[in-house]
Amino acid sequence: MTANFRSLLRHETILAVLLVLVLGALATQSDRFFTTANLLNQGRLMAEVGLVALVMTFVIVTGGIDLSVGSILGLTAILLGVFWQNLGMPLPVAMVLAIIAGGIGGLVNGLIITRFKVPPLIATLATLALYRGLAEGISQARSVRGYPEWFYVLGQGDVWGVPTQLWILGALVIVAGVILGLTTFGRATYATGANETGARFSGIGVDRAKLLIYTASGLVAGLAGVIFVSRVSTTRSDMGTGLELDVITAVVLGGTSIFGGRGTIIGTVLGLILMQALKNGLALSGVKGDGTIVVIGLVLILAIVASNIFSRDGEG
Amino acid sequence: MSASLSTAPRAAPAMRPWKRIAAYGQEFILLGAILALCIVVGIVNPRFLGANNLTNIFAGNAYIAVAAIGMSLVIISGHIDVAVGSLIGVLATVSGLLAVNGYPIWLAWLAPIVIGVIVNAGVGSLVAYLRIPSIVVTLGMLSILKGGLISITSGAWITNLPENYLIAQFRLFGIPSPVWFMVILTALVALWMRYSAFGRTIYAIGGNVEAARVAGIRVERSTVLVFAIHGAFAGIAAVLFATQLQVIQSTVPPNLELTVITASVVGGVSILGGTGTVIGSTLAAILFAAIASSLIFLNVSAYWLRSVQGLLILITVLADMARRRRLR
Repeated sequence: MTANFRSLLRHETILAVLLVLVLGALATQSDRFFTTANLLNQGRLMAEVGLVALVMTFVIVTGGIDLSVGSILGLTAILLGVFWQNLGMPLPVAMVLAIIAGGIGGLVNGLIITRFKVPPLIATLATLALYRGLAEGISQARSVRGYPEWFYVLGQGDVWGVPTQLWILGALVIVAGVILGLTTFGRATYATGANETGARFSGIGVDRAKLLIYTASGLVAGLAGVIFVSRVSTTRSDMGTGLELDVITAVVLGGTSIFGGRGTIIGTVLGLILMQALKNGLALSGVKGDGTIVVIGLVLILAIVASNIFSRDGEG
Repeated sequence: MSASLSTAPRAAPAMRPWKRIAAYGQEFILLGAILALCIVVGIVNPRFLGANNLTNIFAGNAYIAVAAIGMSLVIISGHIDVAVGSLIGVLATVSGLLAVNGYPIWLAWLAPIVIGVIVNAGVGSLVAYLRIPSIVVTLGMLSILKGGLISITSGAWITNLPENYLIAQFRLFGIPSPVWFMVILTALVALWMRYSAFGRTIYAIGGNVEAARVAGIRVERSTVLVFAIHGAFAGIAAVLFATQLQVIQSTVPPNLELTVITASVVGGVSILGGTGTVIGSTLAAILFAAIASSLIFLNVSAYWLRSVQGLLILITVLADMARRRRLR
């Protein structure tokens, strides 16, 4: 485990150095980058991906994957609108129920994966289509707008000068970091990903851990959905399309092994910030939105190549 | 994804008859599902079974089946490619641009296939020699291809395609050419996978990569080759896709990679590698197309299509897991 730990540190060090270089380059490129307003705004934009990426770290550490998060986000957004406008529920109740629905979506993923032994890639590929289809079917391409003013605090407002969702993200970073790094549940997560059969024989409740993790993944995707609606003031059924790619990129960029067993929350946070900084910096220096995707793809591949070359001790 | 506990390649010649049927179970299930769907929808709305509609279903979706052939090889070898939709989008655009800018027609048909092979050989090399998981490489490729395509073309329409370029609209014996491509390529690859040494190599690598290595199979070279072949099929699919209509929109068709992967998996290709056939993936592609069309004929809002698809994937995968358990 110590050898693993050292290689982990190494990946995160590479990442931190890379991040400093990128931030430095961006700061010299554009004087608008290192302004408080811009940095806080970037924090606002990365909160949704960030929330989902935290739990995705757990998912990938167990050796699994959850491709359905973007669809759960979309479904939650649609349900929020339907509960509130069409069923006439008070908005706070609608918010809670929508997030719970996201959790149920995650629970279903977990049940398919643990009870029926369907590989996570396939299970969540199926529910990616299913949940997005439900969102499209329920909404029939109608959007819901006109939410009360207080609701926008979540996605557009500030608390003590910092975007509301950044507080939520910060709190969950600490919670996730403590759980993965310091608790027995965290150790069980690593053990499951490193050697599932071994973990089972050691008496670890592998299935229960996975069930909890996939449910949590659905819950944060639901929470991200509610924040998304609050940020853009409307619901549409295509919200969160492709979110899973951004999330997985952040997590893998952060040094989590796609084969499971390795990864940290700090790494994910670094990966997330690096991704957002690249997006923003390129946009400021005049690269169009689609050009930035190219760079992110390149960075993802290069980061993994570099980390493979520097730490040749293990697989992946 | 590789080197996992997987059953021996399916349909090995020495199997007992009932086992052999069970081994081809997925193909029978799919065939049954297609027939059942046709009968039920045909009773509700006989126009569904009209020659015109059936031709449209087959011809309009053959490119998905063709792409799924290559995808099946990749998945059987224990890998995955989530960038295939973006690759097809790029290759279709390249093909269309060559055609409208006065290059010879044969070049517009051939270039996508060659470029597809080169790009995916690169992807395969990263996977095989640098040992980067295929999902990570192709996730990166997806971003690069998709972003690159849109930032270069801004999604513009390519129009004024020459008449003799539109190969997907050609007919032979009254049957549209995409159907010929789908049927012939599926049959050829199915036979090749079953009887050629390289076909068995792909199963061996996906079944147990270490055993394959010990058995003297050059795993790295074979992996690159599998990805390259997959690139060729993506190229053919791109040409069929590009020549379907009179115009090409130079963007990535939404969710195409998922549709292709889904066709492979529902067709019985195990995501764990080592098992599956391309006949199954082609049948699955036909089934999807039939479902999409039947929703229209049953007057169901098209917005429900994706949930029906998702549910269908789940059911087939669960049925497959149950069948596998019985086989053991």
